[in-house]
Amino acid sequence: MNGYRKTWAAVLCGTMLGGFATTSAQAQDITLCWAAWDPANALVELSKDFTAETGIGMKFEFVPWPNFADRMLNELNSGGKLCDLLIGDSQWIGGGAENGHYVKLNDFFDAEGISMDDFAPATVYAYSTWPKGTPNYWALPAMGDANAWFYRKDWFSKPEIQEAFKAEYGRDLAPPETQRELMEIARFFQGREIDGKTRYGVNIFTERGSEGITMGATGALYAWGFKYENTPGKYDMEGAVNSPEAVEALEFYKELYKCCTAPGYTDSYMQESLDSFKSGQVAMAMNWFAFFPGLYKDEQVGGDKIGFFVNPKQNVEASTLGGQGISVISYSEKKDEALKYIKWFAQPAVQAKWWSLGGYSAHNSVLNDPGFKDSQPFAADFLKAMGAVQDFWQEPAYAELLLAMQKRLHDYIVADQGTAQEALDKLIADWTETFEDEGKL
Amino acid sequence: MSQMQISQRAADRLARSTPHGIARRVRGLSDKAIAWLFIAPTIVLLLAINVFPLIWTVYLSFTDFRANRINRAVEWVGLRNYERVLTDPDIWHNMLVTAHFLFWTMFFQVLIGFALAWLINKNFRGHGVWTTIILLPMMLSPAVVGNFWTFLYQPQIGLFNYVISFFTGADPSSFQMIGSVNLAPWAIVIVDTWMWTPYTMLICLAGLRSIPDYIYEAAEVDRAGPFRTFWSITLPMVMPFLMLAVLFRSIENFKMFDLVVELTSGGPGSVTELASINLKREAFEKWRTGLSSAFAIILFVTVFGAANIYVKALNTVKSR
Repeated sequence: MNGYRKTWAAVLCGTMLGGFATTSAQAQDITLCWAAWDPANALVELSKDFTAETGIGMKFEFVPWPNFADRMLNELNSGGKLCDLLIGDSQWIGGGAENGHYVKLNDFFDAEGISMDDFAPATVYAYSTWPKGTPNYWALPAMGDANAWFYRKDWFSKPEIQEAFKAEYGRDLAPPETQRELMEIARFFQGREIDGKTRYGVNIFTERGSEGITMGATGALYAWGFKYENTPGKYDMEGAVNSPEAVEALEFYKELYKCCTAPGYTDSYMQESLDSFKSGQVAMAMNWFAFFPGLYKDEQVGGDKIGFFVNPKQNVEASTLGGQGISVISYSEKKDEALKYIKWFAQPAVQAKWWSLGGYSAHNSVLNDPGFKDSQPFAADFLKAMGAVQDFWQEPAYAELLLAMQKRLHDYIVADQGTAQEALDKLIADWTETFEDEGKL
Repeated sequence: MSQMQISQRAADRLARSTPHGIARRVRGLSDKAIAWLFIAPTIVLLLAINVFPLIWTVYLSFTDFRANRINRAVEWVGLRNYERVLTDPDIWHNMLVTAHFLFWTMFFQVLIGFALAWLINKNFRGHGVWTTIILLPMMLSPAVVGNFWTFLYQPQIGLFNYVISFFTGADPSSFQMIGSVNLAPWAIVIVDTWMWTPYTMLICLAGLRSIPDYIYEAAEVDRAGPFRTFWSITLPMVMPFLMLAVLFRSIENFKMFDLVVELTSGGPGSVTELASINLKREAFEKWRTGLSSAFAIILFVTVFGAANIYVKALNTVKSR
């Protein structure tokens, strides 16, 4: 009987100690929230080093892109404690700062010797500062990104294709230098038989529900010189948003959609772009740099078969900004551990490994490395794109502004309603209403 | 021993076993008070999860509250939100899209549902198996149906386009059901009809089976033809059931969200953007809580008013 009691006491003690150990381990875990895509897998791999160094466990909450903004903004607005760290979109920075969702990092950066001068200026401006361009930092640049293009290099290099293109356009078939050339090439491939199958020109973003068509069309708008305001910070949009160049760019994007995309891509975004390219439907497609390492490794269409090019200029060099900064959530109960992660992540050695695993570092030590341009076939284009990126509004009311643009663009481009001029005029009316509600106009 | 005596003895036994304190307290209560005591938790729950949110929504509809900025001062804006909703051309467009969707889904579901019920009611061999097969779509999740039909409608690989091509000779890739401004409103009508016609069929079948055989026998004695029998007996007697089916489906389709979001997200452009989809965007993407509350109240009053008028009409038909 005595032995029986002793056994039970041992089991009880063991269970309690085990429980304490578990609780202790859980207290050390932090949760990082991001979108579910290729770079997130690289970050999981990278973060193992952080756990090994500090003993702090990492949990991840990855949400598919179409629901990412909805899910995360709901989480922030409800003061949720799910995420200790958030790699949030650049456009959220205004809302994150003004609504008190993000922790201001200036004091922490000063105390830890983290300098924003060590990161590419465009990424610091876009991912970290609010108000824009001021030295008030709410995030550390985590993932540089921009919208760019990839193409079927193997098709471009076929002699019969080269010959046919030269006969039609009087020049060699090569990655386009301008938006107009892009359309010519897309038109050339549209409906063309290659290897016994009908191929199409391009895949471009046309998605209605989240941000797709805006991110795609701004690639053309920026290249034509589109501006959101005549004077930065004044919200004077008349003549800027609906300038003749903006109208021409929008008409161009619609024509590109009508003439040269595969049937059925009326609601196309990142995944559809990858699908159409990997299945051999299109000669060219737009997407974020983040997907390029995966595409290059693809057995069917990667390696020698794929080439990359930066968003072609028209009037100016410009690319649509993607990418995100990493922020500490103010509602987190593990802010100290979260800040430790940021300190660790900002180290040059970690940033170098981040790039090697497939993440896009914005750290100067990585970008300015002499070997960087040749480290990947798209690295030089990435550098070029990041030198001329432009972003959507980053205002606290960004979601409202984005939804208005989604609607006006989709109505005009996909649903054939009205003219480009009308679409942009209506967009100004929508945005004016939003800024009036915000008390900014 | 009668059933009554057994119950009485059981009640006495229960009363004796009740502790004195509780018995004394309960003894002082009237039947009405005890009844209230039993239903009070349910009423409190209903007030908390139904009535209070409704009243709160009415209050919010008169303010500029935004749920994503809780710390911002809330201002009373009077009827401004209602004015904005009622004068917004985009919202009127959504209402038109909803009306189109509602009318045609009801039309096809009643027509096909009644025809199917009439056939199933013939009790042919294997009608039980056919009933089960016909009911299957109704049992699926709208999200699954939406995704499933997105593939069927795909112009390059979708089965739907190939079937149409087989019958018409048109190139399958030459038309896009969910990408075309003209076809997309019909694409969502087709899917909703496919999914919910079985429901109308079930209700019609119940109506058809409730008609006593002797009425048909009397009509036969009176030498009434099939058309006359259908027009004077079948249809009037099934009518209350049909109207009930239309009421239930109309209320559901007025609120339709998931199926259409999965299929088209309201596109292309806004041609399939139902009122509920825009309401969700206003409330949970743009975070205009005050304005979306006003929008929700207007939709609620519309459905409530229309349903009341309809129920009165239903009662008139039933009383004939």
